Amino acid sequence: MPSLLIFIPLFGIVILNLPFGKAMRNAAFWFALAVFIVQIVLAITHQPIFWGNEIEQMDAFFRVNFSVDQLSFVMLLCIGLVSLTSLLVMRDTIFDINERFKFINLLMLASMGMSGIVMVTDIFTMYIFLEITAIASFILIAFEKDVYALEGAFKYMVLSALASVLILAATAILLLGAGSASFTAIADAIHRTDNNLIAVAMGLFVCGLLIKGGMVPFHGWLPDAYGAASPAVSVLLAGIVTKAAGIYTLIRALNSILGFDANIKALLLALGTISILVGAFAAIGQKDFKRMLAYSSISQTGYIVLGFGCATPLAIAGAVFHLFNHSIFKSLLFVNSAAVETRLGSTDMDRAGGLAQKMPITGFTSVIGALSAAGIPPLSGFWSKIIIVVALWQAGHTWYAATAIMASIITLAYLLAMQRKVFFGKLALGLEDIEEARLGIRAASVMLAAIIIGFGVLFPSAYAIFIAPIGEMFIK
Amino acid sequence: MSGENWQVFMTFGFFIILLSVCGLYCLLVTRNLIRAIIGLELLFKAVTLLIIVVGYVTGRNALTQAIVITVIVIEVVVAAVAGGIALRVFRHTNGLDARELKKLRG
Amino acid sequence: MTINHISIDTALLVVMMIAALWTVMGRSLLKAAIGLAVTSAIITILMFRLDSPLAAVFELSVCAGLMTVVFVSTISLTRPLAHKEIVELSRERHKRFGYLPLLLILVAVVLTFVKIRNNIAAPPAVGASIDVRQVMWNMRPLDMFGQIIIIIIGALGVVVLFEERKKDEW
Repeated sequence: MPSLLIFIPLFGIVILNLPFGKAMRNAAFWFALAVFIVQIVLAITHQPIFWGNEIEQMDAFFRVNFSVDQLSFVMLLCIGLVSLTSLLVMRDTIFDINERFKFINLLMLASMGMSGIVMVTDIFTMYIFLEITAIASFILIAFEKDVYALEGAFKYMVLSALASVLILAATAILLLGAGSASFTAIADAIHRTDNNLIAVAMGLFVCGLLIKGGMVPFHGWLPDAYGAASPAVSVLLAGIVTKAAGIYTLIRALNSILGFDANIKALLLALGTISILVGAFAAIGQKDFKRMLAYSSISQTGYIVLGFGCATPLAIAGAVFHLFNHSIFKSLLFVNSAAVETRLGSTDMDRAGGLAQKMPITGFTSVIGALSAAGIPPLSGFWSKIIIVVALWQAGHTWYAATAIMASIITLAYLLAMQRKVFFGKLALGLEDIEEARLGIRAASVMLAAIIIGFGVLFPSAYAIFIAPIGEMFIK
Repeated sequence: MSGENWQVFMTFGFFIILLSVCGLYCLLVTRNLIRAIIGLELLFKAVTLLIIVVGYVTGRNALTQAIVITVIVIEVVVAAVAGGIALRVFRHTNGLDARELKKLRG
Repeated sequence: MTINHISIDTALLVVMMIAALWTVMGRSLLKAAIGLAVTSAIITILMFRLDSPLAAVFELSVCAGLMTVVFVSTISLTRPLAHKEIVELSRERHKRFGYLPLLLILVAVVLTFVKIRNNIAAPPAVGASIDVRQVMWNMRPLDMFGQIIIIIIGALGVVVLFEERKKDEW
């Protein structure tokens, strides 16, 4: 019955938008909360009654064809967690009831789109869900009426539409040799025919996905969008949207359609390394908290792609685990930036200072997030990075492994510099009567920090349950 | 694929590439936001035509028509939303010039 | 399709390119929007000729019709330019857009040298006579749900983006 993950929110949105007055508008928040929590619980427990094949009537009734595997479970968990976080942050940053209502609708639509992306088995349906996520995201970015937000939204719109065109063109060319648009038919067509046109199509397809994921040659929109969007949207975008739309689709395409071609592996290794370095060096010079986090996000995405490029089962397991960790710690850091933004009115790091004295929870959780991002044991970020580095070393990519370790030190440097500027040191002038962030933001940051510590400490069992099966999935 | 169909595909492919060069050039060179959207639309048109041609030469018109109808719906929604963003920009800066947006921070 | 058919198609494609060039190089935004509609209309004819009538109808009504309405209304909601500005802008534009025809000819020449082997073969179509409606409703219903979601998002987006609003106070 995985189709219910799409249809319940869809029908919910339709009913909520019927003109029943204010009661519906207030109910929207609780409905969205319930949907996200149910999604998280189902993804953690792997509830066989829901996911299993026993009850197919639901899917058969709608005649849809979803498939869910271990990788989808991890992604569904991330989507649920980050959407929940975004909802909690929204509660403390948007107060007008009508604005709230529209925001919740768009948030649910975006999250629905992402859930669709991770469950489909058809290349064109995947494109539709990509487009749903993208359109909902750029409306969400433009939600903040700031001119920088509009610039970010427009850039994202242009690049995302360009990516759509590339993906569609690739789909069209692949359809020349395939009977239908399903993953299996297209994979079959690729393996059967040896033609330059097919190779071109594969290149276009990978390029489109890399644009959606904000990898380095195409990353121009990302800092603008992340930096200028309203806090709740930044959390959603950085935590999951680009990962589900670009990185998940990339690994799914590599695994079920294109196959791990030697050229593509080399391309991914190179792009991953460049992204890591460009993101890390650009992050050092940033004065704005959120822009720094955005560049850091590019750098962390590079690690994930590096893992995919290595393409051994261990590396892929590590990359997927890093994807999960990244969505947790980057959401946490963006929640902290939201706390700072709501209290200070800006995220300029030069204006802040010594905030940990006044905002102890925000200060503490941001240390956890930063250390996890930099890969300090025993937090969960350490484990995923070490798996990727070990896998690269085993596969003989010594230089890539060394670069990854070096970039990790740079990450630690700029994140600690951020900590010193914003949260520690002397309290900046004029901030004497700053208070701790509101309840929703506090709850979100404590929840995410607890996940980071929990996964770090209980790593061996978490690895066995969630991560190892993914690596095995890719052994052919 | 039969030779005749292949010739049709190559003829259309030739012009589809030219059309997308047109759209891409418009997108890259222009400084007007609405013109950028028009460039994107030209690109979408090129790809729509490509899908239809593929359907014709492989004899799967039904599948490709279904795909094209969905693409057209998506295309118009993207255009409407993009137009909305351009309008917003206009209200902020009183102009549609992308140069006014290029105040990049960092 | 006989050779005669191909030459008709080629003529239509050439007209389409002229319309596209006019769209890109035209002086005013309004003309560009109309040029886009003309391009779209020619693509509609081509779609009819390629045995895709339903897609052609959609292209005509949605792309040539609705899209033009969207563009024209967006353009008319923005500030009309003074005559002097138009002249100045178009002079500047000619500098930047003048290279497009040259570029197109160059690409065309390069493309004539590209040869692709004709060895792609699709597996035989099972039930080639399936109707579009059947494909859409019975074989790809998820696409239909996707379209519904997209339309809801579009409606929400128009509501969010076209309204005036004060910034929230924290």
